[in-house]
Amino acid sequence: MTLQERRILLNKVIMILSTTAALLGIIFLFWIIAVLFYKGFTALNLNIFVHDMAPPGREPSGLRNALVGQLILVLGASAIGVPIGVLAGTYLSEYGGKKSRLARLIRDISDIMMSTPSIVIGAFIYAILVAPMGHFRGWAGIAALVVMMIPIVLRTTDDMLQLVPGSLREAAIALGAPKYKMIIQVVYRGAKTGMLTGILLSIARIAGETAPLLFTSFSNNFYSTDLNNPIASLTVTMYNYATSPYEDWIDQGWAAALILALFVLGANIIGRIIIRKRKGEH
Amino acid sequence: MNRTLDIIFHNTTRFFALSVLVVLGALFFVLFNEAKPAIDAFGLEFLTNSKWAPNMEIFGGYPAIYGSIVSTIIAMAIATPIAIGIAIFLSELAPPWLAYIVGMAIELLAAIPSIIYGMWGLFYLAPLLRDIWGGNGLGLATAGIVLSIMILPFMAAITRDAMKTTPAILKESAYGMGATRWEVLKDVVIPYVKSGIIGSIILALGRAIGETMAVTFVMGNAHKIPDSIFKPATSIPVTLANEFTEADTDLYYSSLFYLALILLVISFTVIAIAKFWFLRNLQEQKV
Repeated sequence: MTLQERRILLNKVIMILSTTAALLGIIFLFWIIAVLFYKGFTALNLNIFVHDMAPPGREPSGLRNALVGQLILVLGASAIGVPIGVLAGTYLSEYGGKKSRLARLIRDISDIMMSTPSIVIGAFIYAILVAPMGHFRGWAGIAALVVMMIPIVLRTTDDMLQLVPGSLREAAIALGAPKYKMIIQVVYRGAKTGMLTGILLSIARIAGETAPLLFTSFSNNFYSTDLNNPIASLTVTMYNYATSPYEDWIDQGWAAALILALFVLGANIIGRIIIRKRKGEH
Repeated sequence: MNRTLDIIFHNTTRFFALSVLVVLGALFFVLFNEAKPAIDAFGLEFLTNSKWAPNMEIFGGYPAIYGSIVSTIIAMAIATPIAIGIAIFLSELAPPWLAYIVGMAIELLAAIPSIIYGMWGLFYLAPLLRDIWGGNGLGLATAGIVLSIMILPFMAAITRDAMKTTPAILKESAYGMGATRWEVLKDVVIPYVKSGIIGSIILALGRAIGETMAVTFVMGNAHKIPDSIFKPATSIPVTLANEFTEADTDLYYSSLFYLALILLVISFTVIAIAKFWFLRNLQEQKV
Protein backbone atom coordinates (compact mmCIF):
# COMPACT_ATOMS: atom_id res chain seq x y z
CA MET A 1 0.00 0.00 0.00
CA THR A 2 1.42 3.36 -0.94
CA LEU A 3 1.57 6.24 1.50
CA GLN A 4 -1.19 8.00 -0.36
CA GLU A 5 -3.51 5.01 -0.22
CA ARG A 6 -2.81 4.66 3.47
CA ARG A 7 -3.65 8.31 4.11
CA ILE A 8 -6.89 8.05 2.19
CA LEU A 9 -7.82 4.83 3.96
CA LEU A 10 -7.09 6.32 7.39
CA ASN A 11 -9.18 9.34 6.48
CA LYS A 12 -12.09 7.10 5.47
CA VAL A 13 -11.86 5.05 8.65
CA ILE A 14 -11.91 8.14 10.86
CA MET A 15 -14.78 9.71 8.96
CA ILE A 16 -16.82 6.50 9.21
CA LEU A 17 -16.06 6.30 12.93
CA SER A 18 -17.18 9.84 13.60
CA THR A 19 -20.35 9.38 11.54
CA THR A 20 -21.08 6.21 13.50
CA ALA A 21 -20.51 8.06 16.78
CA ALA A 22 -22.87 10.78 15.65
CA LEU A 23 -25.48 8.20 14.61
CA LEU A 24 -25.15 6.31 17.88
CA GLY A 25 -25.57 9.45 19.98
CA ILE A 26 -28.49 10.63 17.90
CA ILE A 27 -30.22 7.22 18.08
CA PHE A 28 -30.08 7.25 21.90
CA LEU A 29 -31.32 10.81 22.10
CA PHE A 30 -34.20 10.08 19.76
CA TRP A 31 -35.02 6.93 21.70
CA ILE A 32 -35.53 9.08 24.79
CA ILE A 33 -37.65 11.62 22.92
CA ALA A 34 -39.74 8.85 21.33
CA VAL A 35 -40.37 7.25 24.74
CA LEU A 36 -41.28 10.62 26.22
CA PHE A 37 -43.78 11.43 23.49
CA TYR A 38 -45.25 7.94 23.31
CA LYS A 39 -45.71 7.44 27.05
CA GLY A 40 -46.68 11.07 27.58
CA PHE A 41 -49.34 11.28 24.90
CA THR A 42 -50.78 7.88 25.91
CA ALA A 43 -51.27 9.10 29.47
CA LEU A 44 -52.38 12.61 28.61
CA ASN A 45 -56.11 13.33 28.89
CA LEU A 46 -58.44 16.05 30.02
CA ASN A 47 -58.59 14.70 33.59
CA ILE A 48 -54.93 15.64 34.06
CA PHE A 49 -55.87 19.31 33.80
CA VAL A 50 -59.15 19.41 35.73
CA HIS A 51 -58.65 17.02 38.65
CA ASP A 52 -56.22 17.06 41.54
CA MET A 53 -53.81 14.32 42.50
CA ALA A 54 -55.50 11.25 43.96
CA PRO A 55 -54.33 8.12 45.78
CA PRO A 56 -53.29 5.30 43.43
CA GLY A 57 -56.16 3.49 41.79
CA ARG A 58 -58.75 6.14 42.57
CA GLU A 59 -60.54 7.89 39.71
CA PRO A 60 -60.75 10.61 38.63
CA SER A 61 -57.23 11.78 39.22
CA GLY A 62 -55.14 14.44 37.58
CA LEU A 63 -52.32 16.87 38.11
CA ARG A 64 -54.18 20.15 38.38
CA ASN A 65 -52.69 21.08 41.76
CA ALA A 66 -49.18 20.27 40.56
CA LEU A 67 -49.67 22.32 37.38
CA VAL A 68 -50.97 25.29 39.34
CA GLY A 69 -48.19 24.93 41.92
CA GLN A 70 -45.55 24.73 39.20
CA LEU A 71 -46.96 27.83 37.54
CA ILE A 72 -46.96 29.76 40.83
CA LEU A 73 -43.38 28.72 41.64
CA VAL A 74 -42.02 29.55 38.19
CA LEU A 75 -43.92 32.84 37.83
CA GLY A 76 -43.04 33.84 41.40
CA ALA A 77 -39.36 33.10 40.86
CA SER A 78 -39.42 34.99 37.54
CA ALA A 79 -41.17 37.99 39.09
CA ILE A 80 -38.34 38.29 41.61
CA GLY A 81 -35.38 36.91 39.68
CA VAL A 82 -35.85 38.72 36.36
CA PRO A 83 -35.81 42.33 37.70
CA ILE A 84 -32.87 41.58 39.98
CA GLY A 85 -30.94 39.88 37.18
CA VAL A 86 -31.68 42.65 34.68
CA LEU A 87 -30.63 45.42 37.06
CA ALA A 88 -27.47 43.57 38.08
CA GLY A 89 -26.63 42.93 34.42
CA THR A 90 -27.24 46.62 33.71
CA TYR A 91 -24.67 47.54 36.32
CA LEU A 92 -22.06 45.27 34.72
CA SER A 93 -22.59 46.59 31.22
CA GLU A 94 -23.38 50.27 31.82
CA TYR A 95 -21.48 51.17 34.97
CA GLY A 96 -18.84 48.48 35.17
CA GLY A 97 -17.83 48.11 31.55
CA LYS A 98 -15.33 45.68 30.13
CA LYS A 99 -12.32 46.66 32.16
CA SER A 100 -13.73 47.09 35.66
CA ARG A 101 -12.31 44.45 37.96
CA LEU A 102 -15.46 44.25 40.05
CA ALA A 103 -17.57 43.68 36.94
CA ARG A 104 -15.22 40.95 35.74
CA LEU A 105 -15.31 39.27 39.13
CA ILE A 106 -19.11 39.32 39.21
CA ARG A 107 -19.22 37.91 35.66
CA ASP A 108 -16.89 35.05 36.58
CA ILE A 109 -18.76 34.29 39.81
CA SER A 110 -22.08 34.25 37.90
CA ASP A 111 -20.66 31.79 35.37
CA ILE A 112 -19.66 29.52 38.22
CA MET A 113 -22.99 29.96 40.02
CA MET A 114 -24.79 28.88 36.85
CA SER A 115 -23.12 25.49 37.04
CA THR A 116 -23.41 25.03 40.80
CA PRO A 117 -25.21 21.74 41.52
CA SER A 118 -28.84 22.63 42.03
CA ILE A 119 -29.23 20.21 44.92
CA VAL A 120 -26.61 22.19 46.84
CA ILE A 121 -28.69 25.32 46.36
CA GLY A 122 -31.70 23.40 47.68
CA ALA A 123 -29.74 22.40 50.78
CA PHE A 124 -28.60 26.00 51.27
CA ILE A 125 -32.17 27.36 51.11
CA TYR A 126 -33.32 24.56 53.41
CA ALA A 127 -30.79 25.69 56.01
CA ILE A 128 -31.74 29.35 55.90
CA LEU A 129 -35.48 29.31 55.14
CA VAL A 130 -36.95 25.91 56.00
CA ALA A 131 -35.10 24.65 59.07
CA PRO A 132 -35.53 27.87 61.14
CA MET A 133 -39.30 27.96 60.42
CA GLY A 134 -39.77 24.27 61.00
CA HIS A 135 -41.67 23.32 57.84
CA PHE A 136 -41.47 23.27 54.06
CA ARG A 137 -42.95 26.24 52.27
CA GLY A 138 -43.58 27.47 48.76
CA TRP A 139 -41.53 30.62 49.33
CA ALA A 140 -38.43 28.55 49.97
CA GLY A 141 -38.90 26.86 46.58
CA ILE A 142 -39.22 30.26 44.94
CA ALA A 143 -36.08 31.46 46.73
CA ALA A 144 -34.10 28.45 45.49
CA LEU A 145 -35.24 29.07 41.91
CA VAL A 146 -34.42 32.80 42.22
CA VAL A 147 -30.86 31.96 43.31
CA MET A 148 -30.50 29.79 40.20
CA MET A 149 -32.09 32.34 37.90
CA ILE A 150 -30.25 35.56 38.79
CA PRO A 151 -26.84 34.57 37.33
CA ILE A 152 -28.45 33.43 34.07
CA VAL A 153 -30.47 36.63 33.57
CA LEU A 154 -27.52 38.73 34.67
CA ARG A 155 -25.16 37.24 32.09
CA THR A 156 -27.58 37.46 29.15
CA THR A 157 -28.57 41.04 30.04
CA ASP A 158 -24.91 42.00 30.28
CA ASP A 159 -24.12 40.39 26.90
CA MET A 160 -27.16 41.88 25.17
CA LEU A 161 -26.61 45.41 26.48
CA GLN A 162 -23.00 45.35 25.34
CA LEU A 163 -24.20 44.73 21.79
CA VAL A 164 -25.95 48.12 21.75
CA PRO A 165 -23.64 50.52 19.85
CA GLY A 166 -21.90 53.17 21.96
CA SER A 167 -22.93 55.87 19.48
CA LEU A 168 -26.58 55.50 20.56
CA ARG A 169 -25.57 56.13 24.17
CA GLU A 170 -23.49 59.14 23.18
CA ALA A 171 -26.35 60.56 21.13
CA ALA A 172 -28.72 60.33 24.12
CA ILE A 173 -26.20 61.89 26.48
CA ALA A 174 -25.51 64.67 23.96
CA LEU A 175 -29.22 65.51 23.97
CA GLY A 176 -28.90 66.09 27.69
CA ALA A 177 -30.54 62.87 28.91
CA PRO A 178 -29.48 61.75 32.38
CA LYS A 179 -27.77 58.37 32.42
CA TYR A 180 -30.69 56.41 33.90
CA LYS A 181 -32.99 57.75 31.19
CA MET A 182 -30.42 56.95 28.54
CA ILE A 183 -30.24 53.37 29.82
CA ILE A 184 -33.97 52.82 30.13
CA GLN A 185 -35.12 54.56 26.98
CA VAL A 186 -32.23 53.95 24.61
CA VAL A 187 -30.13 50.99 25.72
CA TYR A 188 -32.98 48.76 26.92
CA ARG A 189 -34.96 49.55 23.81
CA GLY A 190 -32.05 48.66 21.58
CA ALA A 191 -31.48 45.36 23.36
CA LYS A 192 -35.16 44.49 23.84
CA THR A 193 -35.43 41.34 21.70
CA GLY A 194 -32.19 39.87 22.96
CA MET A 195 -33.15 40.46 26.58
CA LEU A 196 -36.61 38.97 26.05
CA THR A 197 -35.09 35.84 24.55
CA GLY A 198 -32.63 35.53 27.41
CA ILE A 199 -35.39 35.90 29.98
CA LEU A 200 -37.56 33.34 28.19
CA LEU A 201 -34.71 30.83 28.13
CA SER A 202 -33.91 31.38 31.79
CA ILE A 203 -37.55 30.74 32.71
CA ALA A 204 -37.47 27.53 30.67
CA ARG A 205 -34.28 26.55 32.41
CA ILE A 206 -35.58 26.87 35.98
CA ALA A 207 -38.96 25.35 35.09
CA GLY A 208 -37.28 21.96 34.63
CA GLU A 209 -35.50 21.99 37.98
CA THR A 210 -36.45 19.33 40.49
CA ALA A 211 -33.55 19.04 42.92
CA PRO A 212 -33.82 22.52 44.47
CA LEU A 213 -37.54 21.98 45.17
CA LEU A 214 -37.24 18.57 46.85
CA PHE A 215 -36.64 19.98 50.30
CA THR A 216 -37.85 23.55 49.95
CA SER A 217 -41.35 23.69 48.50
CA PHE A 218 -41.62 19.89 48.94
CA SER A 219 -44.90 18.55 47.61
CA ASN A 220 -48.57 18.63 48.43
CA ASN A 221 -51.29 16.17 47.46
CA PHE A 222 -53.96 18.82 47.67
CA TYR A 223 -54.79 21.97 45.80
CA SER A 224 -53.02 24.86 47.50
CA THR A 225 -51.86 28.29 46.49
CA ASP A 226 -50.55 29.19 49.93
CA LEU A 227 -46.83 29.87 49.65
CA ASN A 228 -46.37 29.57 53.41
CA ASN A 229 -47.09 25.86 53.16
CA PRO A 230 -45.73 23.02 51.06
CA ILE A 231 -46.87 23.33 47.46
CA ALA A 232 -47.00 20.74 44.70
CA SER A 233 -44.89 21.07 41.57
CA LEU A 234 -44.81 19.05 38.36
CA THR A 235 -41.17 18.11 38.75
CA VAL A 236 -41.34 16.85 42.33
CA THR A 237 -44.57 15.01 41.46
CA MET A 238 -42.73 13.33 38.57
CA TYR A 239 -40.05 12.26 41.03
CA ASN A 240 -42.55 10.89 43.54
CA TYR A 241 -44.70 9.18 40.91
CA ALA A 242 -41.83 7.64 38.97
CA THR A 243 -40.41 6.07 42.13
CA SER A 244 -43.82 4.73 43.21
CA PRO A 245 -44.87 1.14 42.47
CA TYR A 246 -48.29 2.17 41.06
CA GLU A 247 -48.92 1.82 37.35
CA ASP A 248 -51.37 4.75 37.13
CA TRP A 249 -49.06 7.09 39.02
CA ILE A 250 -46.14 6.18 36.76
CA ASP A 251 -48.28 6.90 33.68
CA GLN A 252 -49.25 10.27 35.09
CA GLY A 253 -45.57 10.92 35.78
CA TRP A 254 -44.94 10.54 32.04
CA ALA A 255 -47.82 12.89 31.28
CA ALA A 256 -46.23 15.44 33.62
CA ALA A 257 -42.86 14.90 31.92
CA LEU A 258 -44.41 15.54 28.51
CA ILE A 259 -46.17 18.73 29.64
CA LEU A 260 -42.92 20.00 31.15
CA ALA A 261 -40.85 19.08 28.09
CA LEU A 262 -43.34 20.72 25.71
CA PHE A 263 -43.18 23.91 27.76
CA VAL A 264 -39.39 23.95 27.85
CA LEU A 265 -38.99 23.06 24.18
CA GLY A 266 -41.69 25.57 23.20
CA ALA A 267 -39.90 28.36 25.05
CA ASN A 268 -36.61 27.43 23.39
CA ILE A 269 -38.13 27.33 19.92
CA ILE A 270 -39.88 30.68 20.41
CA GLY A 271 -36.59 32.15 21.66
CA ARG A 272 -34.83 30.94 18.52
CA ILE A 273 -37.53 32.34 16.25
CA ILE A 274 -37.28 35.75 17.93
CA ILE A 275 -33.51 35.81 17.47
CA ARG A 276 -33.76 34.73 13.83
CA LYS A 277 -36.35 37.40 13.05
CA ARG A 278 -34.13 40.06 14.52
CA LYS A 279 -31.17 38.85 12.51
CA GLY A 280 -33.34 39.01 9.40
CA GLU A 281 -34.25 42.63 10.03
CA HIS A 282 -30.69 43.83 10.19
CA MET B 1 -34.22 65.64 40.50
CA ASN B 2 -32.54 63.86 37.59
CA ARG B 3 -29.32 63.72 39.58
CA THR B 4 -31.02 62.03 42.52
CA LEU B 5 -32.73 59.52 40.25
CA ASP B 6 -29.42 58.87 38.58
CA ILE B 7 -27.77 58.11 41.89
CA ILE B 8 -30.67 55.91 42.98
CA PHE B 9 -30.59 53.94 39.72
CA HIS B 10 -26.82 53.53 39.81
CA ASN B 11 -26.84 52.27 43.37
CA THR B 12 -29.80 49.94 42.87
CA THR B 13 -28.07 48.24 39.98
CA ARG B 14 -24.84 48.03 41.95
CA PHE B 15 -26.65 46.60 44.97
CA PHE B 16 -28.14 43.75 42.93
CA ALA B 17 -24.86 43.11 41.10
CA LEU B 18 -23.09 42.77 44.44
CA SER B 19 -25.86 40.47 45.69
CA VAL B 20 -24.37 37.72 43.48
CA LEU B 21 -21.16 37.85 45.49
CA VAL B 22 -23.12 37.92 48.74
CA VAL B 23 -25.12 34.84 47.75
CA LEU B 24 -21.98 32.89 46.85
CA GLY B 25 -20.35 33.90 50.13
CA ALA B 26 -23.48 32.95 52.04
CA LEU B 27 -23.64 29.61 50.21
CA PHE B 28 -20.17 28.62 51.42
CA PHE B 29 -20.69 30.07 54.89
CA VAL B 30 -24.06 28.43 55.52
CA LEU B 31 -22.99 25.00 54.25
CA PHE B 32 -19.81 25.15 56.33
CA ASN B 33 -21.74 26.27 59.38
CA GLU B 34 -24.32 23.49 59.06
CA ALA B 35 -21.58 20.94 58.40
CA LYS B 36 -19.54 22.10 61.40
CA PRO B 37 -20.77 19.47 63.91
CA ALA B 38 -19.90 16.69 61.43
CA ILE B 39 -16.56 18.30 60.58
CA ASP B 40 -15.74 18.48 64.30
CA ALA B 41 -16.85 14.91 64.87
CA PHE B 42 -15.22 13.20 61.90
CA GLY B 43 -12.64 15.65 60.54
CA LEU B 44 -11.02 14.77 57.24
CA GLU B 45 -11.45 11.07 57.96
CA PHE B 46 -15.00 11.60 56.68
CA LEU B 47 -13.52 11.61 53.18
CA THR B 48 -12.04 8.12 53.51
CA ASN B 49 -14.41 6.38 55.91
CA SER B 50 -16.74 4.08 54.00
CA LYS B 51 -19.13 3.26 56.83
CA TRP B 52 -22.48 5.05 56.73
CA ALA B 53 -24.60 3.85 59.63
CA PRO B 54 -27.20 6.39 60.74
CA ASN B 55 -28.48 4.12 63.54
CA MET B 56 -25.00 4.07 65.10
CA GLU B 57 -24.29 7.74 64.43
CA ILE B 58 -21.32 6.83 62.25
CA PHE B 59 -21.04 8.70 58.99
CA GLY B 60 -18.39 8.33 56.33
CA GLY B 61 -18.61 10.10 52.99
CA TYR B 62 -16.35 7.80 50.98
CA PRO B 63 -19.05 5.68 49.25
CA ALA B 64 -20.89 8.81 48.08
CA ILE B 65 -17.71 10.56 46.95
CA TYR B 66 -16.51 7.36 45.24
CA GLY B 67 -19.87 6.95 43.48
CA SER B 68 -19.88 10.55 42.27
CA ILE B 69 -16.38 10.29 40.87
CA VAL B 70 -16.71 6.83 39.29
CA SER B 71 -20.09 7.51 37.68
CA THR B 72 -18.73 10.79 36.29
CA ILE B 73 -15.64 9.05 34.90
CA ILE B 74 -17.85 6.44 33.18
CA ALA B 75 -20.03 9.21 31.78
CA MET B 76 -17.07 11.17 30.47
CA ALA B 77 -15.43 8.07 28.97
CA ILE B 78 -18.58 7.38 26.95
CA ALA B 79 -19.65 10.93 26.13
CA THR B 80 -16.33 12.51 25.15
CA PRO B 81 -15.55 10.44 22.02
CA ILE B 82 -19.18 10.47 20.90
CA ALA B 83 -19.50 14.23 21.42
CA ILE B 84 -16.30 14.87 19.48
CA GLY B 85 -17.57 12.52 16.77
CA ILE B 86 -20.83 14.45 16.56
CA ALA B 87 -18.92 17.76 16.47
CA ILE B 88 -16.68 16.51 13.64
CA PHE B 89 -19.71 15.20 11.78
CA LEU B 90 -21.56 18.52 12.16
CA SER B 91 -18.72 20.88 11.38
CA GLU B 92 -16.81 18.94 8.70
CA LEU B 93 -18.86 16.13 7.18
CA ALA B 94 -22.59 16.78 7.07
CA PRO B 95 -24.10 18.84 4.25
CA PRO B 96 -25.18 22.25 5.59
CA TRP B 97 -28.91 21.50 5.68
CA LEU B 98 -28.36 18.29 7.66
CA ALA B 99 -25.85 19.95 10.00
CA TYR B 100 -28.41 22.68 10.61
CA ILE B 101 -31.25 20.29 11.47
CA VAL B 102 -29.16 17.93 13.60
CA GLY B 103 -27.39 20.87 15.28
CA MET B 104 -30.72 22.46 16.12
CA ALA B 105 -32.12 19.17 17.48
CA ILE B 106 -29.06 18.71 19.66
CA GLU B 107 -29.33 22.22 21.08
CA LEU B 108 -32.99 21.61 21.91
CA LEU B 109 -32.17 18.27 23.54
CA ALA B 110 -29.70 20.06 25.78
CA ALA B 111 -32.68 21.95 27.22
CA ILE B 112 -34.70 18.84 28.19
CA PRO B 113 -35.02 18.67 32.00
CA SER B 114 -32.61 16.10 33.43
CA ILE B 115 -35.34 14.28 35.38
CA ILE B 116 -36.71 13.01 32.03
CA TYR B 117 -33.36 11.36 31.28
CA GLY B 118 -33.60 9.80 34.74
CA MET B 119 -37.09 8.40 34.09
CA TRP B 120 -35.96 6.91 30.79
CA GLY B 121 -33.01 5.36 32.61
CA LEU B 122 -35.25 3.79 35.22
CA PHE B 123 -37.96 2.42 32.94
CA TYR B 124 -36.04 1.60 29.75
CA LEU B 125 -32.29 1.43 30.24
CA ALA B 126 -32.22 -0.35 33.62
CA PRO B 127 -34.45 -3.28 32.48
CA LEU B 128 -32.34 -3.63 29.33
CA LEU B 129 -29.10 -3.72 31.32
CA ARG B 130 -30.66 -6.13 33.81
CA ASP B 131 -31.15 -8.59 30.97
CA ILE B 132 -27.57 -8.10 29.77
CA TRP B 133 -25.63 -7.97 33.04
CA GLY B 134 -27.96 -9.59 35.52
CA GLY B 135 -28.48 -8.10 38.97
CA ASN B 136 -31.16 -5.44 39.23
CA GLY B 137 -29.78 -3.24 36.47
CA LEU B 138 -29.07 -0.37 38.85
CA GLY B 139 -25.63 0.94 39.72
CA LEU B 140 -22.71 3.10 38.74
CA ALA B 141 -22.59 1.83 35.14
CA THR B 142 -26.27 2.57 34.55
CA ALA B 143 -25.92 5.99 36.17
CA GLY B 144 -22.83 6.68 34.08
CA ILE B 145 -24.64 5.80 30.84
CA VAL B 146 -27.65 7.99 31.68
CA LEU B 147 -25.30 10.85 32.63
CA SER B 148 -23.34 10.45 29.40
CA ILE B 149 -26.50 10.75 27.33
CA MET B 150 -27.64 13.73 29.37
CA ILE B 151 -24.40 15.70 28.86
CA LEU B 152 -23.94 14.59 25.25
CA PRO B 153 -26.00 17.37 23.58
CA PHE B 154 -24.39 20.09 25.68
CA MET B 155 -20.90 18.77 25.06
CA ALA B 156 -21.42 18.21 21.34
CA ALA B 157 -22.90 21.70 20.88
CA ILE B 158 -20.04 23.56 22.55
CA THR B 159 -17.36 21.37 20.95
CA ARG B 160 -18.89 22.11 17.57
CA ASP B 161 -18.97 25.84 18.37
CA ALA B 162 -15.31 25.68 19.36
CA MET B 163 -14.39 23.88 16.11
CA LYS B 164 -16.21 26.50 14.09
CA THR B 165 -13.86 29.21 15.39
CA THR B 166 -11.01 27.80 13.26
CA PRO B 167 -10.38 30.39 10.53
CA ALA B 168 -11.37 29.00 7.14
CA ILE B 169 -8.13 30.24 5.62
CA LEU B 170 -6.08 27.90 7.83
CA LYS B 171 -8.13 24.90 6.76
CA GLU B 172 -8.06 25.95 3.11
CA SER B 173 -4.30 26.29 3.19
CA ALA B 174 -4.01 22.74 4.50
CA TYR B 175 -6.45 21.38 1.91
CA GLY B 176 -4.54 23.32 -0.73
CA MET B 177 -1.43 21.36 0.18
CA GLY B 178 -3.31 18.11 -0.42
CA ALA B 179 -4.15 17.19 3.18
CA THR B 180 -7.04 14.79 3.77
CA ARG B 181 -9.97 15.79 5.99
CA TRP B 182 -8.57 13.81 8.87
CA GLU B 183 -5.17 15.47 8.51
CA VAL B 184 -6.78 18.90 8.48
CA LEU B 185 -8.69 17.99 11.63
CA LYS B 186 -5.74 16.44 13.41
CA ASP B 187 -3.10 19.01 12.46
CA VAL B 188 -5.08 22.24 12.01
CA VAL B 189 -8.52 22.28 13.64
CA ILE B 190 -7.81 20.32 16.82
CA PRO B 191 -4.57 22.13 17.72
CA TYR B 192 -6.32 25.45 17.07
CA VAL B 193 -9.34 24.74 19.29
CA LYS B 194 -7.67 22.37 21.77
CA SER B 195 -8.21 24.53 24.84
CA GLY B 196 -11.83 25.16 23.85
CA ILE B 197 -12.50 21.43 23.56
CA ILE B 198 -10.80 20.59 26.86
CA GLY B 199 -12.68 23.46 28.53
CA SER B 200 -16.01 22.20 27.26
CA ILE B 201 -15.23 18.66 28.40
CA ILE B 202 -14.41 19.89 31.90
CA LEU B 203 -17.51 22.07 31.96
CA ALA B 204 -19.60 19.02 31.08
CA LEU B 205 -17.79 17.10 33.80
CA GLY B 206 -18.80 19.81 36.28
CA ARG B 207 -22.40 19.35 35.25
CA ALA B 208 -22.26 15.58 35.47
CA ILE B 209 -20.75 15.43 38.93
CA GLY B 210 -23.44 17.62 40.49
CA GLU B 211 -26.37 16.10 38.60
CA THR B 212 -29.10 14.73 40.82
CA MET B 213 -32.26 13.86 38.95
CA ALA B 214 -30.76 11.93 36.04
CA VAL B 215 -29.00 9.49 38.38
CA THR B 216 -31.08 9.30 41.53
CA PHE B 217 -33.47 6.72 40.02
CA VAL B 218 -30.78 4.40 38.69
CA MET B 219 -28.03 4.48 41.31
CA GLY B 220 -29.63 1.78 43.46
CA ASN B 221 -28.97 3.70 46.66
CA ALA B 222 -26.59 1.40 48.55
CA HIS B 223 -24.20 3.03 51.00
CA LYS B 224 -21.12 0.97 50.31
CA ILE B 225 -18.33 0.64 47.83
CA PRO B 226 -19.79 -1.80 45.28
CA ASP B 227 -17.68 -4.83 44.19
CA SER B 228 -18.41 -3.93 40.59
CA ILE B 229 -19.80 -1.00 38.64
CA PHE B 230 -22.88 -3.11 37.89
CA LYS B 231 -23.95 -3.25 41.54
CA PRO B 232 -26.04 -0.64 43.40
CA ALA B 233 -24.11 2.31 44.82
CA THR B 234 -24.74 5.94 45.72
CA SER B 235 -23.33 9.40 45.01
CA ILE B 236 -23.32 12.72 46.81
CA PRO B 237 -26.39 14.23 45.08
CA VAL B 238 -28.29 10.94 45.33
CA THR B 239 -27.59 10.65 49.06
CA LEU B 240 -28.78 14.22 49.57
CA ALA B 241 -31.95 13.72 47.53
CA ASN B 242 -32.89 10.48 49.27
CA GLU B 243 -31.92 11.15 52.85
CA PHE B 244 -32.27 14.85 53.45
CA THR B 245 -35.85 14.63 54.65
CA GLU B 246 -35.08 11.52 56.72
CA ALA B 247 -32.22 12.95 58.78
CA ASP B 248 -33.56 12.64 62.31
CA THR B 249 -30.46 13.46 64.36
CA ASP B 250 -28.27 16.55 64.34
CA LEU B 251 -25.17 14.62 63.36
CA TYR B 252 -27.00 12.90 60.48
CA TYR B 253 -28.26 16.27 59.23
CA SER B 254 -24.85 17.83 59.62
CA SER B 255 -23.13 14.95 57.79
CA LEU B 256 -25.41 15.53 54.81
CA PHE B 257 -24.35 19.17 54.78
CA TYR B 258 -20.73 18.03 54.95
CA LEU B 259 -21.39 16.04 51.75
CA ALA B 260 -23.09 19.07 50.16
CA LEU B 261 -20.07 21.22 51.04
CA ILE B 262 -17.69 18.68 49.49
CA LEU B 263 -19.81 18.63 46.32
CA LEU B 264 -19.83 22.44 46.19
CA VAL B 265 -16.05 22.60 46.56
CA ILE B 266 -15.49 19.92 43.88
CA SER B 267 -17.83 21.51 41.34
CA PHE B 268 -16.58 25.04 42.08
CA THR B 269 -12.99 23.92 41.50
CA VAL B 270 -13.80 21.98 38.34
CA ILE B 271 -15.77 24.82 36.78
CA ALA B 272 -13.24 27.47 37.79
CA ILE B 273 -10.48 25.40 36.13
CA ALA B 274 -12.54 25.05 32.94
CA LYS B 275 -13.39 28.75 32.85
CA PHE B 276 -10.08 30.29 33.74
CA TRP B 277 -7.61 27.81 32.40
CA PHE B 278 -9.10 26.78 29.12
CA LEU B 279 -12.05 28.93 28.10
CA ARG B 280 -10.58 32.33 28.94
CA ASN B 281 -8.29 32.18 25.89
CA LEU B 282 -11.19 31.18 23.71
CA GLN B 283 -13.30 34.14 24.86
CA GLU B 284 -10.43 36.53 24.29
CA GLN B 285 -9.84 35.17 20.80
CA LYS B 286 -13.46 35.83 19.97
CA VAL B 287 -13.41 39.46 21.15
